[in-house]
Amino acid sequence: MKIKSPQDFWAGLMFIAFGLFFVVVALKFYQMGSSVRMGPAYFPVVLGGLLATLGTIVLVNSLVLAGPAVAKFHFRPLLFIAASSLAFAYLLKPLGLPLASIALIFICAYGGHEFRWKEVAIMSVVLVIFSVLVFVEGLALPFPICPDFIEVCPIR
Amino acid sequence: MDGIFSNLAIGFVEVFKLQPVTMWGMTLQHVPFNIIMCLIGCLLGTLIGVLPGIGPVATIAMLLPVTFNLSPIAALIMLAGIYYGAQYGGSTTAILVNIPGESSSVVTCLDGYQMARQGRAGPALATAAIGSFFAGCVSTLVVAMFAPPLAEVALKFGPAEYFSLMVLGLVAAVVLAHGSLVKAIAMVILGLLLGLVGTDVNSGVLRFAFGISELADGIGFVTVAMGMFGICEIIANLEQKEHREVFTSSVGKMMPSKEDWKRMVMPIIRGTALGSALGILPGGGALLASFGAYTLEKKVSKYSHEFGKGAIEGVAAPESANNAGAQTSFIPLLTLGIPSNAVMALMIGAMMIQGIAPGPQVMTERPQLFWGMICSMWVGNLMLVILNLPLIGMWIKLLSVPYRYLYPSILLFMAIGVFSISNQPFDCFLMAVFGLLGYVCVKLGCEPAPLILGFILGPLMEENLRRAMLLSRGDPWVFISPSKPISMGFLLASVALLVIIAAPALRKKREEVFVEET
Repeated sequence: MKIKSPQDFWAGLMFIAFGLFFVVVALKFYQMGSSVRMGPAYFPVVLGGLLATLGTIVLVNSLVLAGPAVAKFHFRPLLFIAASSLAFAYLLKPLGLPLASIALIFICAYGGHEFRWKEVAIMSVVLVIFSVLVFVEGLALPFPICPDFIEVCPIR
Repeated sequence: MDGIFSNLAIGFVEVFKLQPVTMWGMTLQHVPFNIIMCLIGCLLGTLIGVLPGIGPVATIAMLLPVTFNLSPIAALIMLAGIYYGAQYGGSTTAILVNIPGESSSVVTCLDGYQMARQGRAGPALATAAIGSFFAGCVSTLVVAMFAPPLAEVALKFGPAEYFSLMVLGLVAAVVLAHGSLVKAIAMVILGLLLGLVGTDVNSGVLRFAFGISELADGIGFVTVAMGMFGICEIIANLEQKEHREVFTSSVGKMMPSKEDWKRMVMPIIRGTALGSALGILPGGGALLASFGAYTLEKKVSKYSHEFGKGAIEGVAAPESANNAGAQTSFIPLLTLGIPSNAVMALMIGAMMIQGIAPGPQVMTERPQLFWGMICSMWVGNLMLVILNLPLIGMWIKLLSVPYRYLYPSILLFMAIGVFSISNQPFDCFLMAVFGLLGYVCVKLGCEPAPLILGFILGPLMEENLRRAMLLSRGDPWVFISPSKPISMGFLLASVALLVIIAAPALRKKREEVFVEET
């Protein structure tokens, strides 16, 4: 058996995995009910089954019909973009908006093609001032500005 | 006709209303706030339209949390402005740089850039603006005329009709997606399933949450949209090294010649008509409209041999059509509460944030909101045409800003927006996860747009299905019984669409269209 369309092959597998996951979890933990009074499991089981079926069709097709290869994954931007948004999320409360923003900007800029310290530094200063003025002062989003360890915050 | 004008009057009063505004601790009386929001929306829309690599979906998603603090009408006016503003902006980039700033201006590249190379960038830009403005005026009237009767019909819909209508909407969305039909359907279903995560309304059971308390209210729609579109777009853009040659040597004089005027009139009218019609269809919108109009014009125009070599018709028709389509795609949203594309799905999200249940009752219960939004579209179009021509120099300058300055800002605003939804880091985490999922899907040749539509319709569909089945005592024939002709019609139309599309001849045609596009 030869895979003729790798793209479809993996897509099919992904759909089957998602479909079965929803079916199995729904059947195991929730009630089916009847068609008159549908339980919480009814709709997910039907849809999950449908998804797995469609996945199988895509999978079978990929063994018969030729198709494109899976395009190359670029892990560098993927990793750095994901890491930067996580860093922002988990640093915002303890360190405040300015420091969390700087972390995000530096990490994601590092994931790009060129990384120039000076440029990124200037960019972070501008963006921090802008976001503090617009989001915290202007739109009153409840974000801390100073890190936790500074007891008296000079701003606000 | 009288009714329309009195309704439009309500709208205009609302748009120009003066109201007190408090910002940065200052309170100002008598500020035309709605108009200001309209202007901001249009400018932002043009900006992101001009810049390749960020589209209206990501921008609207990014701004949704910001609209918490606005009045519903101001929020919707601004978000709508972003969508049609992006149609204006996209053409500038297409003509000057030969890169579509927006997916809906792909075809404008073909003839617009050729015109620019012949030193006629000015007339090309002017044609695009004039065509868009005309289309904007006409389609505003179309919305005003067709929305009320449709809403009246929709008020009589029961759960069975709604369920069938949603099926039709999803099928239409699938048909218009790129690439494989089966994969697009699978993406819709995956979206529907993801939409079910959270508390089940009927039984109160927490589904697919796995003990994560943040998932009790379900996965946030904004989070999914930003991940699948915003994050995914950034990663895709970072894959290739940027190379952008701005064709700015001289825009030349703007005014089209007499000959140009003569040649653009009919294409603009035809483009507007086709665009308005395609926009109303579920799954339609700006993208399809521009393709349809270009193809049509190529067939009927007596200058068809000039197409691809700088024919003014090839700019006028698709640019009018995409703007008309962008506006009439608000009709299904405003009258039925059903989104016809990803941007409209976000508008539903915006309405829900404001505590408005989208649907036919919006027009009768909140006429100011409904008509105000429609009138704002016309005012917005006027602002765009007045502002855009003098501002073109500024937009061109923006085009030379390298992407490495842009994406950190975009990412920061997205992170701030998502974080502010519930003030929890978890949403940002989910955004990253959906960015990853979106990236994998794109690599596997699966479009994310159908997933988003499925996601927003998932809970609604389940709810209506359950209600319909309860009312019919478990008889599945309720959806196609003769006593429910509307529901039956919707389902038959869905089946017909699928059959037509699956037919080999059309399938080939459809692939051709989308191949041309990429």
